[in-house]
Amino acid sequence: MRHTLSVLVNDQPGVLARIAGLFSRRGFNIESLTVGSSEEPGLSRMTITTTGDEATLEQVMKQLHKLVDVIKVQDITSDPMVARELLLVKVASNAQTRTEINGIIEPFRASVVDVGRTSLIIQVTGDRDKNDALIELLKPYGVKEIARTGITALVRGQVVRMK
Amino acid sequence: MSEPAMMTGAQMLVECLKQEGVDLIFGYPGGAVLPIYDVLYDAGIEHVLTRHEQGAIHAAQGYARATGRVGVVLATSGPGATNLVTGITDAYMDSTPLVVLTGQVPTTMIGRDAFQEADVIGITMPITKHNYQVRNAADIPRIVREAFHIASTGRPGPVLIDIPKDVSTQTAPYVRQDSVSIRGYNPTTEPHPMGIERLAEAISRAKKPVLYVGGGIILAEASEYLVTFARQARIPVVSTLMGLGSFPQDDELFLGMLGMHGTYAANKAVFECDLLIACGVRFDDRVTGKLERFSPKSKKAHIDIDPAEIGKNVAVDIPIVGDVGRALQALIEKAPVPDSANWLQTVRQWVKDYPLEYKSEEGVLKPQQVIDLIQEATQGKAIVTTEVGQHQMWAAHFYKPAAPRSFITSGGLGTMGFGFPAAMGAQLARPNETVICIAGDASFQMNIQELQTVAERNIPVKVMIINNYYLGMVRQWQELFYEKRYSESAIGQPDFVKVAEAFGVKGMRATTPEEAKEAIQIALAHPGPVLVDFSVAEEENVFPMVPPGAGNDEMVGGRWED
Repeated sequence: MRHTLSVLVNDQPGVLARIAGLFSRRGFNIESLTVGSSEEPGLSRMTITTTGDEATLEQVMKQLHKLVDVIKVQDITSDPMVARELLLVKVASNAQTRTEINGIIEPFRASVVDVGRTSLIIQVTGDRDKNDALIELLKPYGVKEIARTGITALVRGQVVRMK
Repeated sequence: MSEPAMMTGAQMLVECLKQEGVDLIFGYPGGAVLPIYDVLYDAGIEHVLTRHEQGAIHAAQGYARATGRVGVVLATSGPGATNLVTGITDAYMDSTPLVVLTGQVPTTMIGRDAFQEADVIGITMPITKHNYQVRNAADIPRIVREAFHIASTGRPGPVLIDIPKDVSTQTAPYVRQDSVSIRGYNPTTEPHPMGIERLAEAISRAKKPVLYVGGGIILAEASEYLVTFARQARIPVVSTLMGLGSFPQDDELFLGMLGMHGTYAANKAVFECDLLIACGVRFDDRVTGKLERFSPKSKKAHIDIDPAEIGKNVAVDIPIVGDVGRALQALIEKAPVPDSANWLQTVRQWVKDYPLEYKSEEGVLKPQQVIDLIQEATQGKAIVTTEVGQHQMWAAHFYKPAAPRSFITSGGLGTMGFGFPAAMGAQLARPNETVICIAGDASFQMNIQELQTVAERNIPVKVMIINNYYLGMVRQWQELFYEKRYSESAIGQPDFVKVAEAFGVKGMRATTPEEAKEAIQIALAHPGPVLVDFSVAEEENVFPMVPPGAGNDEMVGGRWED
């Protein structure tokens, strides 16, 4: 099962290495990891998606919590949350297919952010499934390159209070 | 208010160590720590110069394990720091409070593969409780205060501070740091009353309860509570290797060590029990054997200060996070009493029927016999450290430490070379006690150079080498599981008596039980360090044994097999 963890950490050199090292040393899987500044100066928020059973997840959370630079660990998988990733995809195109591709991406609220002679770059944000679906639709045209940020997420509504 | 005094980083560091009450550190100088050594020259903190950084850190571990105080070790950058890695890992595995100080190349050189540069922060991240690299001298008071706090509270462990050379020489205002507040570090010490309530109920209902106790009891100074509680509730006790000394071994409730080289009674009791109360333990594989066969009939309670230990290896029914001493106190107040009279009778019978034993042979010195003789001579009142291997298990079986902090051994990492320097540290920490290192001939060779340190400082440790001319435990496994193909396990060795004498240490040899008895007497009476080389039966095995991968009910090599 896939889990989404929201982890508040000190914004210090080496913190990412501590967290990534913990996952690799204990054989936990990182599917994606995003990090950026949080609402509080000096703290960063990481969104980590990982796969594993409940027992593994419990260990992941407990081990993360043991790190001195980790302030808070939340499993937000089953919370109502907003989870988004940014996807950039370079797809082959020419004068004939350009309009067609435009038609395909429009319902996804994706946009063309670069046009070359033989390719386009499409930008879209959304949850992982939506972005996967768009890639599937673009495949027949020839997907040349993909870059995805991984999920970043926040729980809806309630204010997340910190200790 | 007056202006804060200006100090160099090195001066601040030493000032902070004094503030923490440090009066003894172990170390080895080198280029990157020369500014610190220069301040130490007349600082009034005793520094013990070992002959290898590994000796220094194991000595600091011995000091910490024998006292409960934070051990401090100082080494230079690069090779100095990397020579500490084994000891840091060992301290991490056995939850030993240490502050490890390493020098580093100047900040301007970091990342350039400078001479004697190593990424010590990166290297030690997975083996420390926390680590710091100091970038500004002004941060030293806060960092040192935090390091000692983190090392010694919650589940103790090693904390490393890496200090670039230019930070040691940089001058900054020194602001003494008294309080400590670390947002991401708040260990839970007070156990939740609900958990205690549930455990007390489970105990009242139990018919076959067992207390499974470990090093956490010793770390938490909870031995007295354990004894009171076990006796009050009449619950038999089994101990891990790390827990030895936490419960009186001559008590009728004590069943011995459990696990791979556990007693029949301990392993059988854990297998048959209906309630297993784990206190300050971590369900190590050397204890559990095959997980599916570990205590299959019991409801399990686990008291530990580290929440991540609960449920890590074995699913637990009653988890209690907190200080094990507080939890036992709370249980003593609840005073649950199980209906366990029959059970006590059964387990006592197992103890009686299946004792730890060995066969004596005329004129042959048995390794177990040497430990027996040491026990007889000391009545368990010495501090014993061990190296790692067969002799370690025999020491665990036949030496009966009379108090906590008097059996010091490398449990989690199994570090050969640990015992001798650890004995030095323990002896310096507790100068009025007898300190004995029970060593194997191979392990002892791993830090043999520290003979010079004990000779020079006249540290009166007694090294007792159980010499079977083999990597004994390796040989035992090769005998049992590799068809006696003794690949590289017959280890050559120097004349230990001559080696001792060359370093200025009294050396003796014993080859018969009579000689052994006499040598132990002489060694214990001698005011300085002594090495005794006990030439023992070569192919003796540690039994009983649970073969690797088997369940604890599948023990081999004992009377019950006949």
